[in-house]
Amino acid sequence: LSAQAPPLQVPQPKRRFGRPREGSFKERLQGIAFAAPALIVLGLFVVYPAYYTVRLAFYSSDYLFSFTNYVGLQNFKDLFQDKDFFDVSHFPPSGAVFNNLKWVLIYISLCLILGLALAVLTIRVRYESAVKSVIFIPMAISATAVAVIWLLVYSPNPDIGTVNAVIHGLGGSPVSWLGQSNTVNYAIIIAYVWASTGFAMVVLSAALKGIPTEIIEAARVDGAGEWNIFRRIMLPMLSLPISIVTVWLFINVIKVFDIIYVMTQGGPGTSSRVIAYTMFVDTFNGFPGRGAAVAVIMLLLTIPVMILNISRFKSERVIT
Amino acid sequence: VATRAETATLAQPRTFSERLVRWISRSPVHILLLAIAAIWLVPTVALLVTSFRPRSDALSSGWWHVFSSHLTLANYSQVIHTGGMGHAFLNSLYITVPATILPLTLGAMAAYAFAWTRFPFRDTTFLIVVALMVVPVQTAFVPLLKFFRENGHLNTEFYGIWLAHTAFGLPLAIFLFRNFFITLPKDLIEAARMDGASEFAVFRRVVIPLSVPALASFAIFQFLWVWNDLLMALIFVSDPSKQPMTVKITQLLSTYAQEFHILAAAGFLLMAVPLIVFFALQRYFVQGLLAGSVKS
Repeated sequence: LSAQAPPLQVPQPKRRFGRPREGSFKERLQGIAFAAPALIVLGLFVVYPAYYTVRLAFYSSDYLFSFTNYVGLQNFKDLFQDKDFFDVSHFPPSGAVFNNLKWVLIYISLCLILGLALAVLTIRVRYESAVKSVIFIPMAISATAVAVIWLLVYSPNPDIGTVNAVIHGLGGSPVSWLGQSNTVNYAIIIAYVWASTGFAMVVLSAALKGIPTEIIEAARVDGAGEWNIFRRIMLPMLSLPISIVTVWLFINVIKVFDIIYVMTQGGPGTSSRVIAYTMFVDTFNGFPGRGAAVAVIMLLLTIPVMILNISRFKSERVIT
Repeated sequence: VATRAETATLAQPRTFSERLVRWISRSPVHILLLAIAAIWLVPTVALLVTSFRPRSDALSSGWWHVFSSHLTLANYSQVIHTGGMGHAFLNSLYITVPATILPLTLGAMAAYAFAWTRFPFRDTTFLIVVALMVVPVQTAFVPLLKFFRENGHLNTEFYGIWLAHTAFGLPLAIFLFRNFFITLPKDLIEAARMDGASEFAVFRRVVIPLSVPALASFAIFQFLWVWNDLLMALIFVSDPSKQPMTVKITQLLSTYAQEFHILAAAGFLLMAVPLIVFFALQRYFVQGLLAGSVKS
């Protein structure tokens, strides 16, 4: 990564976003002609399918995915009766929903903390770009490759797996990280944190460099310590980029699938399933209506983000 | 060159001993950073080393015994030829190239319409496009698969996956390009129109040449997105002979389970193109990622 990080801001619109003045008939026709191919593709392959899926969630459906056998809200009820999806009969609660909650809490906070720490620390050293490259590289590679990399790291054989080799060397006994239900979710989350921290770091580092030097120097002259500078100046000034990164990580968590599919296939048993995984399994194992219900839940979870994006855009703030 | 943190705390050290003192006073930061960087590198290095170790070594000892085993390219030739990764590599290319060019082209045209032409409901439509950026692909699986199956079995060809990736790449493309196009000087576009250039000529000869950085950022981002995708390929590529590398690896995994020399070589073949793209085009890549952070 170049030391000169790219600016966070998308170029600001020069004219106000608002109702365009009506053009001539020919002008309007030309505008529509340019937009039409993309809008037709979006309508046919994104908007209409979303409508179809929402409707399908109210049918039990069949292998042809047609609207047969209307069941009302039964799919949603079934889903929350399904112990693999939502189980509150014991403590701590389990199932895909609670696994996903673990993802939300642990994945997002670890990525943010590590990303912020790396952004603040790397700015102080000469080899900044080298360290940042090392942390960022996993961002470029596929979740499938990340999964293979971490399967080797977690191998239960202490002669092969790095983590168990270290434990063995320290006198402990090897652990099957991916083979037992109480460790599997954390193990996969760590692997994905490894892959995503680079993103948080790059965004926050770029924002950190945007803080005017004078402010920080003035605070130092006034006798502020490093911690106070971080806590009282940097953190508040980073609140917007932090919220942007958080939203991005949240969307990532809702959609997480590939890494789980490759590392554990949702196992052992069903103990590492998440919402997106349940959608896949239900849809292609004879419960298309229930799969559609899960997709609807995923869509509902992203609606606050949609509203946030639109309102940010309308207020002409930074929208990246 | 001193960073701003340094200039603020103390003046530039002149002598060697001053530098040494400063370096030591900062040593906790150095140690921490180097340790994190090492932890970050180890998993990848482990896989890289394993991919070059012969089967007998890889099955019996860890990657850290690299210096006591001879290294070989046999694993790579095995996965490429008998493992089918060579063919899958080509499939990944067939899938990725059109699935990058299509949203790039359609997105640029639509963005031009949103930025520089006027038509009814223009801004409302654009806000809907902004909203579509975060729609999960899961909401489209079933209807798209049904549509592809019932209309010429598009899922047994590459058309299905091209269309699916195009559709889900378009909102980001339109959003990025529109925000870039709108910053171009208005005079330039008006002047071209005054000279009698058609809308298409303005788009093709004025807007596109000035927007290469934005176009490149999106192209790289979408290329990696499609190349790295597993989920959509699992669902929309039904013909086993057309599956990309990501899907192929999941099959190798069920065949070879703990034979990491094979999996490692396959994994590195999958990673090769993204790594080359990353090192060659870092700046565009990071820009695209920063700008695209509204999408996952």
